[in-house]
Amino acid sequence: MNFTLKIWRQQNARAKGGFKTYPLQDVSPEMSFLEMLDYLNMQLIEKGEEPITFEHDCREGICGSCGLYINGRPHGPQRNTTTCELHMREFKDGETIVIEPWRSRAFPVIKDLVVDRSSFERIMHAGGFISVNTGCAPESNSSPISKLLADKAFDAAACIGCGACVAACKNSSAMLYAAAKIAQYALLPQGRVEAKERVDKMVKQMDAEGFGFCSNTYGCEFDCPKGISVDFIALMNREFFAAKSCGHK
Amino acid sequence: MQKLDAKIPQGPLADKWSQYKAGLRLVNPANKKKIEVIVVGTGLAGAGAASSLGELGYKVKVFCFQDSPRRAHSVAAQGGINAAKNYKNDNDSIYRLFHDMVKGGDYRAREANVYRAAEVSNQVIDHFTAMGVPFARDYGGSLDTRSFGGVQVSRTFYAKGQTGQQCLLGTYSSLNRQIAKGTVKLFPRRDMLDVVIVDGKARGIITRNLLTGELERHSAHAVVLATGGYGTVFYLSTLGLGSNASAAWSAHKKGALFANPSFIQIHPTSIPVLNDYQCKLTLMSESLRNDGRVWVPNEKGDKRHPGEIPEAERDYYLERRYPAFGNLVPRDVASRAAKERCDAGYGVGDTGLSVYLDFKDAIEKQGKKAIEDKYGNLFEMYEKITGINPYTQPMRIYPAGHYTMGGLWVDYNLMTTIPGLYAIGESNFSDHGANRLGASSLMQCSGDGYFILPNTISDYLADDIRTGAIPTEHTSFDEAEQEVEDRIRRLMAVRGKQTASSFHKRLGKILWDHCGMRRDAEGLKKGMKLLDELEEEFWGNICIPGSDRDYNQELEKALKVADFFEVGRLMCEDALQREESCGAHFREEHQTETGEAKRDDANFAYVAAWEYKGKKEKPTLHKEPLKFEYVELKERSYK
Repeated sequence: MNFTLKIWRQQNARAKGGFKTYPLQDVSPEMSFLEMLDYLNMQLIEKGEEPITFEHDCREGICGSCGLYINGRPHGPQRNTTTCELHMREFKDGETIVIEPWRSRAFPVIKDLVVDRSSFERIMHAGGFISVNTGCAPESNSSPISKLLADKAFDAAACIGCGACVAACKNSSAMLYAAAKIAQYALLPQGRVEAKERVDKMVKQMDAEGFGFCSNTYGCEFDCPKGISVDFIALMNREFFAAKSCGHK
Repeated sequence: MQKLDAKIPQGPLADKWSQYKAGLRLVNPANKKKIEVIVVGTGLAGAGAASSLGELGYKVKVFCFQDSPRRAHSVAAQGGINAAKNYKNDNDSIYRLFHDMVKGGDYRAREANVYRAAEVSNQVIDHFTAMGVPFARDYGGSLDTRSFGGVQVSRTFYAKGQTGQQCLLGTYSSLNRQIAKGTVKLFPRRDMLDVVIVDGKARGIITRNLLTGELERHSAHAVVLATGGYGTVFYLSTLGLGSNASAAWSAHKKGALFANPSFIQIHPTSIPVLNDYQCKLTLMSESLRNDGRVWVPNEKGDKRHPGEIPEAERDYYLERRYPAFGNLVPRDVASRAAKERCDAGYGVGDTGLSVYLDFKDAIEKQGKKAIEDKYGNLFEMYEKITGINPYTQPMRIYPAGHYTMGGLWVDYNLMTTIPGLYAIGESNFSDHGANRLGASSLMQCSGDGYFILPNTISDYLADDIRTGAIPTEHTSFDEAEQEVEDRIRRLMAVRGKQTASSFHKRLGKILWDHCGMRRDAEGLKKGMKLLDELEEEFWGNICIPGSDRDYNQELEKALKVADFFEVGRLMCEDALQREESCGAHFREEHQTETGEAKRDDANFAYVAAWEYKGKKEKPTLHKEPLKFEYVELKERSYK
């Protein structure tokens, strides 16, 4: 297969970036999207040019490192799929493919296709945990938890922290990301103890980082590679207002 | 070189850890604030250790190469985590878990360490549950378990096929809590390139800031390596592409012995290679073998669609060869059996290098919904990668490099031969002997990080309450930084023609062919020679564009590949000296009449710990004899 790639190049955070066009021949439909980029990079290096910098690690859709904005969609055209799981057989021979980094003020570009997602980390630092020290856990089966709740908590916990939800949102909202963690713990009895404090702190941090609000377009759910439901945003909002009514400002 | 002392406590097996722990010294809370600990790596072991040490009150600095600790490769573990809870009432116990691990490891692990890992496994599950890890539950609300390869009880806790992710995110949450409290300081996007030894003790590390390329000095009273395994040495493996050996290898070059480097687990159920530019193999969890049946056609080179091959013309070779365990034989056995069939010409797919893993019977018996509940995400992943729907057509699988049982030699305290330098999780040579049983790596990593290291390291740090902060101006820091700087400069100066990845690919092929699933003396010697030649070519023709004082992913790769040549050579050296077959290490010269591994307990019941003697020098072998007081050494039979 042959492609024309239009790729965002940017030397560093301060430099001005722009698109550069690369024709690429003899791509195998069996290649993953990132293998296609590896293939391009190999050619660039051999020509003495600087390769395209992009993040990746596990290459099996679970670490959340990779994330490219492909033809106007986070992680490309295939639903429930990370960039690394996307394969070239999903594209048409001869197609022009536009590749950009995540676009959001809260995710500044570091280099080429790599962005700084440390704002996500700080949201977690604000309260994305259950305060239990090593050694003070009770016997696991001492309090049964309904399968329904445990499964629901798992669905929320499946978030890989890639940032596609933010990139998909016209408001750059991180609500789906924060809600997934808040819901996971709010659904489980062991997380209820700090539920109010948690939602309050995490939402505040999310706002402080410059993420926008949710206006219910559901783009985040549509482009989330793990299919995390916007229902969790509703759950977060309910938790948030419950926290307010308890005196959290 | 000192004599190897594993420091295994006296006393009955079941009491060793509790008695030993009771005698360990403590550091009082006021003094803990003055003591710094460096933890490198944020997988289950590293993040667990860092958060526990933070909770205790130590000043912790934690490093990872990723942008976030949540991306450490523990995240990719699929199938589950073992514990001896006996929730299924199937007569499981700590002793049985211990016994299974020693046997599964083909009697090349230390009894005392393995028992301890089994002992703390129950606490690990309780801790994860308390942290909100959403393990699978049954309809009564209790935790569910499933069975895993190589054992006959159901002791594996799981969260669909994403157990590693869920456990890691739990550990990440505990780390975040400590970061927020200020007890742990996180340094992301750093590669550790050297360990700094001051007056014989590990007192710091040299890192490279991956965004700026700057070299940095970090000091502490002790250094903990939780840097994972070196399976990426094969190039194609199930590991994350960033995984590497460099941190552990730098410690080895500074005096830490490296144990059993040739013990590398080849996982039987990975998706086979699909294209020439592939740099990663994706694992299909071993848990699939609970319901999937492995087969190849009866006839060589049968190219029919699998659906067209009738039952009578299929060879369910695992069930045929190992009736007692069938498809659930341990990984090493399953991998070799697949290779044997493919080498004999029965393999399927275009390359003939794969076998079928078929769910037809399970779907017929249990219904599609039940299979989807158990393995839904794995089936989806398979379809995304291959374009084939495994609900209607069997998966194709082939063995792939996966887990390294070998690693830095540690004593019972998890300390390497360098005082103050610890190695935990996969980075040590650990508890898995010559072969790891499924679902015991999450268990060991978490046990090491949360429950073992925090106790043993305090005993060491008790001597440091008056030491004060470690200055980074010491000449040892100067020298270590200079060495790293020189190495980088040398690499950058080559300006050759070939990429680091292309060298890595060739290196991996050499090791896969000569030090892979089956080894022999001649092949190993040839492998070493080929490695030497390729290494020379590497240092003369490596091409790294850009600058070293910048975000430079090619330099990162080249630094890792440079170390892999040396790691690979030691793997061959180790495989060559071990004139027996055990676990994952299979020597053609040493097999039974039926082609099974033939151990030699009289001569090889030891840990092979290697001492680095310099670049061109032959490493020195130190032997730690293994004594088996509680488990009887038997031929490992799954028939």
